[in-house]
Amino acid sequence: MAWFSRNRSVTLTAVAIIVAAYVFYAINQRVAVSMIDFAWSFAVPLVLAACVGVMGERSGVINIGIEGQMLVGAFSGFFTAAATQSLWAGVIAGVLSGMLMGAFLAWTTVKWQMDQIIAGVVINIIATGLTSFYYKSGQSLTHVMPNIDIPLLSKIPLIGPVFFEGGPIALTTLVIVAILHFALFRTRWGLRTRAVGEYPSAADTAGINVIAMRLLNVTIAGGLAGLAGAYLSMEATPTFERGMTAGRGFLALAIMIFGAWRPLRAFAAALFFGFTSALASQLQASNIVSLPQQFINLLPYVLTLVVLAAAAGRVRPPAAAGQPFVKGEGS
Amino acid sequence: MTASPSTPAYGEETGAKDRRAATGDRLLDIVGLSKSFGTVRANRDISLHVERGEIVALLGENGAGKSTLVKQIFGLQAPDEGTIAIKGDAAPIKDPKDAIRRGIGMEHQHFQLVPVMTVAENMILGHETTKHGQLDLEGARQLVRELSEKHGLAVDPDAEIEDLPVGTQQRVEILKALSRKVDLLILDEPTAVLTPQETDELLEVMKELAAGGTSIVFITHKLREVLAVADRVYVLRQGSVVGEVAAADTDARGLATMMVGREVVLRVDKDEPKPGADVLRVADLVVLDDRALPAVDGFTLTVRAGEIVGVAGVEGNGQRELVEAIAGMRPPKGGLITLLGEDITKANPHQTHVAGIGHIPEDRERHGLVGSYSLADNMVLNRFDEKPFANGFVRNFEAVRENGEALFKEFDVRAASVMAPAASLSGGNKQKVVVAREMSFGPKLLMAAQPTRGVDVGSIEFIHRRIVAARDEGAAVLLVSAELDEVLSLSDRIAVIHGGKVVAEMPAADADRTEIGRLMAGDH
Ligand SMILES: Nc1ncnc2c1ncn2[C@@H]1O[C@H](COP(=O)(O)OP(=O)(O)OP(=O)(O)O)[C@@H](O)[C@H]1O
Ligand SMILES: [Mg+2]
Repeated sequence: MAWFSRNRSVTLTAVAIIVAAYVFYAINQRVAVSMIDFAWSFAVPLVLAACVGVMGERSGVINIGIEGQMLVGAFSGFFTAAATQSLWAGVIAGVLSGMLMGAFLAWTTVKWQMDQIIAGVVINIIATGLTSFYYKSGQSLTHVMPNIDIPLLSKIPLIGPVFFEGGPIALTTLVIVAILHFALFRTRWGLRTRAVGEYPSAADTAGINVIAMRLLNVTIAGGLAGLAGAYLSMEATPTFERGMTAGRGFLALAIMIFGAWRPLRAFAAALFFGFTSALASQLQASNIVSLPQQFINLLPYVLTLVVLAAAAGRVRPPAAAGQPFVKGEGS
Repeated sequence: MTASPSTPAYGEETGAKDRRAATGDRLLDIVGLSKSFGTVRANRDISLHVERGEIVALLGENGAGKSTLVKQIFGLQAPDEGTIAIKGDAAPIKDPKDAIRRGIGMEHQHFQLVPVMTVAENMILGHETTKHGQLDLEGARQLVRELSEKHGLAVDPDAEIEDLPVGTQQRVEILKALSRKVDLLILDEPTAVLTPQETDELLEVMKELAAGGTSIVFITHKLREVLAVADRVYVLRQGSVVGEVAAADTDARGLATMMVGREVVLRVDKDEPKPGADVLRVADLVVLDDRALPAVDGFTLTVRAGEIVGVAGVEGNGQRELVEAIAGMRPPKGGLITLLGEDITKANPHQTHVAGIGHIPEDRERHGLVGSYSLADNMVLNRFDEKPFANGFVRNFEAVRENGEALFKEFDVRAASVMAPAASLSGGNKQKVVVAREMSFGPKLLMAAQPTRGVDVGSIEFIHRRIVAARDEGAAVLLVSAELDEVLSLSDRIAVIHGGKVVAEMPAADADRTEIGRLMAGDH
């Protein structure tokens, strides 16, 4: 009950959206499934990337290099897969290269206290440079990641075919969001991570190794960015193109903020954003309304902003995000 | 307040002193410790030791280096020179984790609590227990309840730290230090914002712990507390140990003289007040607290020019909300506040400042200072945009610095320079900066919440004299303090607050300690 009263508007919004989705489903099953399916494929990399942001900022490190980390993941995943003809090897390569980029951010900012924004920009520049320079055209994969059906769950109307029938990375994303959310708010690791991101000297005096926590979290988060990249080049499409992340890493930061630095809300925000994008393209295709295309393209942003502002109320970023931790200061 | 002659001399109790028949078992042994920050030599060649089961008090003026000393024991800062041996082991203490592992616990002067977390979460941070991988928050709540029961310090396990008044945060900070089993407990000004009853409870707890073999290093500015519990006292001045005495061999006057190097007047001397026109009028004020419950509920009070009105009350009876409402930080739900006839009920903090209110907030870290700004800037926080500190849009740094330097001298702030960031100051010196700023612009109403919190005896004397001087120059003074002694000795008139309203008002001359205590407890 206490939980509900604290999260009333968010819960009510979620319920309203779910009800609306099912009403839509009742009216037109085919269109509903295809639109929400589109929304989810659109949202997968955003959700993963928003989780990267959440893990970083919750532990006090702002990561604006998500875009670059994803790009490197997409690139190395794709070319590994092309060379080995194994998608799984590709995914592993994508995740590992993402972690490497995460470790770069972690060591420069946490260990050597480089400015976090600058370090993120460096990552984006390096990523664009490397992936363009070594890019070889003409490579392609014969197929994308196979579809998997989860028994029983995939039979649920609407939700089943959308969420429980799909590529392995999309399915894994569901699991990752749930685990991360649980871990952040219910486990020892989560409590410590949040303490480190809010008030590091309190964590330090409680005997927690602030530096180690940050190094660990930022590096692991990099792996998720790599996975998001792998999704783009091996699950959504079987190709890699220059700059194929197309700003998703930055959009994910907005999703993270909309999601109030909470994985589940970020998931909902990304999905909603995906849905409004689907709506926008439907509107465009069907010519029902004669608005200039620019306005229609704006729709997802505006709607997401309005809904989330109304639902979430005032949110605050973790207090120590962006600040290096120096021992012996501020205590 | 410090030991005024009327306070019972706790030092006379004997039981505690017998413990000092120490076993010669040194728990802490510090030799030749030195630590500098740039040009400030915070600790110079300090040597001291603590036996098992002994309570050692560290006394010293603000900035004498007490906190710096204990931070090194807890591994928060590394010494420049010297060694710290714990139970004979002189290996350097790498970090707090290492200190905790070696049996040290610490309560911090600058609270180490995560503002957005609950009391229970803060309590278990760093030594969490889990059930099937999940945090055992129910167990944590239980732990808080047990500790708070056992030590007589009431806290709500589910309250978020940022919603709590400083007094409660202090309790949480103490309970946190007590929640782990330790051999050496460091308490850095634990009683700064506790009520007298809570302080007495804590002193009892300390004696029990010591009897059970825990050693305690205790920092405080309140001499009666030192005399009540300590076995030995080290006095620090400008970073050096200037004296060591057995508590049984000294008294408040002796300690004060050792600290400051001169005789300190422990009483407030003031003339009869000459009250003038009404300055502050509060009528039927209703103010909600953070949980939207009426904390101030029908409060009515008038403060006239040239008088000091003290608000006495047990913490949590609406004092914080009252002060915040008058200062414009918390919009009242109902009622009227006027200053010199002008309605300021809905004014914001800037407007109340312009109207002539000087406000010394109870929580100096959160509402009094900007830690990363220089002292000079902090001294003009409330009027950086006024002449002479600014000409139109352009700030006049020269004037800001000169003002800072003048106040620095006047209020005897001890720090490297006026350009040092406020965060680098010792606790008591931070307090002096806030007091200096709020008193220096000639306020019509000086509203002081815990004005001498964490301030050394010499400076308490000084601040008290300044408050009286402001009164004599015609300012109205509203004093809110958890220190009944301070309210009693400084006020001309006393209003007792209970349940958010004034339950009794009397001239200070007629005030009786026990009577007020009874009224504060809601017995009327
Ligand atoms: N991190 C720091 N950087 C620069 N100077 C510092 C720092 N910490 C402390 N100092 C300086 O060292 C001196 C001693 O400070 P310390 O906090 O130990 O005093 P204290 O005895 O605890 O005083 P108080 O009673 O006011 O708490 C002060 O002059 C202070 O300004
Ligand atoms: Mg101190």
